[in-house]
Amino acid sequence: MLLCAAFLAGCGKDAPRQVPGGDAEQGLRLVTQYQCGACHMIPQVPGATGEAGPSLEQVGRISYIAVGIPNQPDTMVRWLRDPPAMKPGTKMPALGITETEARHMAAFLYTLR
Amino acid sequence: MAPVGGNLQSVLHPAGWDAAIISHFAWVLFGAGTLIFVAVMALLLLSLRRRERPARALLWIGGGGIAFPVIVLTALLAWSTWRSAELAPQTSRGALAISVTAKMWWWEVRYHDPATGREIVTANEIHIPVGKTVYLGLNSADVIHSFWVPALSGKRDTIPGRVNGLTLRADKPGIYRGQCAEYCGAQHARMAMYVVASSQQEFDAWLRRQAAPAAAPSSPVLEQGRTAFLAQRCQFCHTIRGVAEGGRLGPDLTHVGSRMHIGAGTLRTHRGTLGGWIADPQAIKPGVFMPAAQDIDGPTLRAMAAYLEHLK
Repeated sequence: MLLCAAFLAGCGKDAPRQVPGGDAEQGLRLVTQYQCGACHMIPQVPGATGEAGPSLEQVGRISYIAVGIPNQPDTMVRWLRDPPAMKPGTKMPALGITETEARHMAAFLYTLR
Repeated sequence: MAPVGGNLQSVLHPAGWDAAIISHFAWVLFGAGTLIFVAVMALLLLSLRRRERPARALLWIGGGGIAFPVIVLTALLAWSTWRSAELAPQTSRGALAISVTAKMWWWEVRYHDPATGREIVTANEIHIPVGKTVYLGLNSADVIHSFWVPALSGKRDTIPGRVNGLTLRADKPGIYRGQCAEYCGAQHARMAMYVVASSQQEFDAWLRRQAAPAAAPSSPVLEQGRTAFLAQRCQFCHTIRGVAEGGRLGPDLTHVGSRMHIGAGTLRTHRGTLGGWIADPQAIKPGVFMPAAQDIDGPTLRAMAAYLEHLK
């Protein structure tokens, strides 16, 4: 496991995306608290079995989120805070998530690979 | 209102008259059982170490095997009978009467509006005034369920075709979780309800708000949500008083936004969970009778969820 991680870390392209100011542990707590699992399948979150939105099992690995938005820390944070502003047709609502909260949540999501 | 942290649903943390008596029984039984177990184990050890001496059969069989259990069990029976007589009488006389109908897999709750005498229907949340005796008329619309809020009282089965009474009294303000205690089908485990005990003034204010018809949409998005609710024919199963009445299969949504949870304690109520539930309740609570949405586009779904959230 450690070897694998070291190997992956060694190859820059596959390194986990870093979110400045984001703490994955707090992110997990926030993702649980906001009940993102009502729409998304999320590993590590009990009862997160939703199917209305895409599964987040590999959200830290994929290149684009929400069909066509580059999966980068700043776009991810903006997306979490106000999805309809980036993609008016989306089903995902703005839940009043703060910038700090969104950073923590993004940091957690990027651990899902 | 003080949230009840870790003791949300616990027999060992009684907050009402009957629950206190029941937890007293439990502690006496645990205590006596532990003492007897320890004594028997001690005798066992003693007998293993001192095997040379002959046992006195009459003392151990007649005394320990017959006289001791007869005396202890008789005393326990007498004490529990005397203590049970102190449980609250099951009568609606002088009590606040609330009707609770168990359905697969949620609870319909009805109050009488003291001002107009009309019925107020809500779901999965029972508000009561602290210190006042409350009589719940329990019945079932389908199969046998059982109503159980451990911090407030014992269990009572709900049986189709009859009304079983249950008297409750909360002595401390708080939020007490309860759940169905009789296996009733696929989503038995997600058939929870909350009892919210607050002061008489808070309760009266709550009841007045619940008696009012649904809040009118205050923005174009909310208006779009209400229009979509009707266009999707949600009103065939759900009532929103003042908008569409008559739907009785699903929970009354007149004040759904004021309730803590949706799906009978499954998710906390906010626009995100409401949207996810409308889009695909089967993924959240498989087997539930509500079908998944098929043809609602993103903005419309968000508008519907925002509208329901605003029905406080």
